[in-house]
Amino acid sequence: MADDLKIPLLEELEKGPWPSFVSDIKSVADRKPMAADLLRQLEKSYEDKRGYWKHGGLVGVMGYGGGVIGRYSALPEDFPGVSHFHTVRVNQPSGWFYTTDALREIVDIWDEHGSGLFNMHGSTGDMVLLGTRTEELEPTFRALTEKGWDLGGSGSDMRTPSCCVGPARCQNACYDTMDMTYQLTQNYQDELHRPMFNYKFKMKMSGCPNDCTAAIARSDMAVIGIWKDDIKVNQEEFAKYLDDGFNVQEFVVEKCPTRCITVEGKEINIDNSNCVKCMHCINRMPKALAVGDDKGFAINIGAKAPIVEGALFGSVIVPFMKIEDGDYEELYDFIDRMWEFWDEHGTARERIGEFIERVSLATFLEGIEMEPSPKMVKAPRDNPYIFYEEYFAEEDEGEGEGEE
Amino acid sequence: MGDISTEQLAEECLAIVTENAGKKKIKAGDLQKAMAAKYGDQVDRKDVKAAIKELIDSGKCVYGYFGGSSIELPHVEGSAND
Repeated sequence: MADDLKIPLLEELEKGPWPSFVSDIKSVADRKPMAADLLRQLEKSYEDKRGYWKHGGLVGVMGYGGGVIGRYSALPEDFPGVSHFHTVRVNQPSGWFYTTDALREIVDIWDEHGSGLFNMHGSTGDMVLLGTRTEELEPTFRALTEKGWDLGGSGSDMRTPSCCVGPARCQNACYDTMDMTYQLTQNYQDELHRPMFNYKFKMKMSGCPNDCTAAIARSDMAVIGIWKDDIKVNQEEFAKYLDDGFNVQEFVVEKCPTRCITVEGKEINIDNSNCVKCMHCINRMPKALAVGDDKGFAINIGAKAPIVEGALFGSVIVPFMKIEDGDYEELYDFIDRMWEFWDEHGTARERIGEFIERVSLATFLEGIEMEPSPKMVKAPRDNPYIFYEEYFAEEDEGEGEGEE
Repeated sequence: MGDISTEQLAEECLAIVTENAGKKKIKAGDLQKAMAAKYGDQVDRKDVKAAIKELIDSGKCVYGYFGGSSIELPHVEGSAND
């Protein structure tokens, strides 16, 4: 540790059983003056109860409008190591799968060009390389791209799409989240690197309604895997749960939000017409129950965290869509129509959810040329993905969306 | 591609950015609206996006960020340290 590092307030954060970012930063402070001054400036902030960072405004790499978050110290004479402390966002691989070689590449690049500190991962999903100087941005970018990496999004652009591990490790995945994330990233390179929207636009892909990326609360476009047919039941495995003493009545039947499960003897029955795909029973008895075979995804639009205005949940706009034979054109067409309408009529720093609140859902649907449907549930809190075949099959016949 | 060349649109967009430098942050949407007002159906959004890309890639303009992304003339930020 740097000998003259006097940070008693920060060291309070090293006490207790949990990991400490102070200990982590200390571990590189000896060889990285930037890390040492980061701690010193933060200690001063704790003493004075105010931050000492200035917004960097205009820093980046040639041709890109996103990927770098500029920061300068407001006290550069006192803390020269963090006079410049820009953050670089690196586009993460789908599902956050890395080889150890790939991680070493990143570590080596950042040790050479930056503070050596990074987050895995930022809230959008990117790897976040913390702290470098303006003159190191282009060399960092060059080193990253030579190894096949790219920067992620920032500012008023499409943010780096991210996803759960999907079919790579999860039997609940109703579509290939990782492939969709990759395809969206490749298809919308301009939108990712060249800010052209009213404000940021985030996409997250979750393979099932468990929504492990919290897409429904955190992304402007949440793509959530879903199925239309019945939950698959293995009665033999179900009987084993009973034989093993698992209290199905208490932990499954009574927890079902629509009370659509009954048990007779050693047999489970599910009224699938009333199932809202909350995933609870499948999560509790994964050997006995599984998602159906007619799988695809729903698209929820409009979620956001409370920055400019209050937090919003996403609402179902596309109740069901499938990717057939790797053809993403239908999805791209939906996204393009939505962006164009938002871009045309949205105001500065207005997220798409706020835009829909302002102009009304009906106007939004008309603007993107979609027919309203009762399946477009507003801000679902308990995953009510319902398919109304019994009541609406006749009306919807031939529309090709949401119906078998 | 509309009837107006990307180069011409880029020059006109540059003129707007230059005129407003230091006074107003110009966003991509501002340029799209200005070009649509001037040329109507002769240009579409993709044409203006191509013109902005031309300005950025040539280094005549850069992206800025402060309360949303903007298109600006290259300059040293007021907050920048040496």
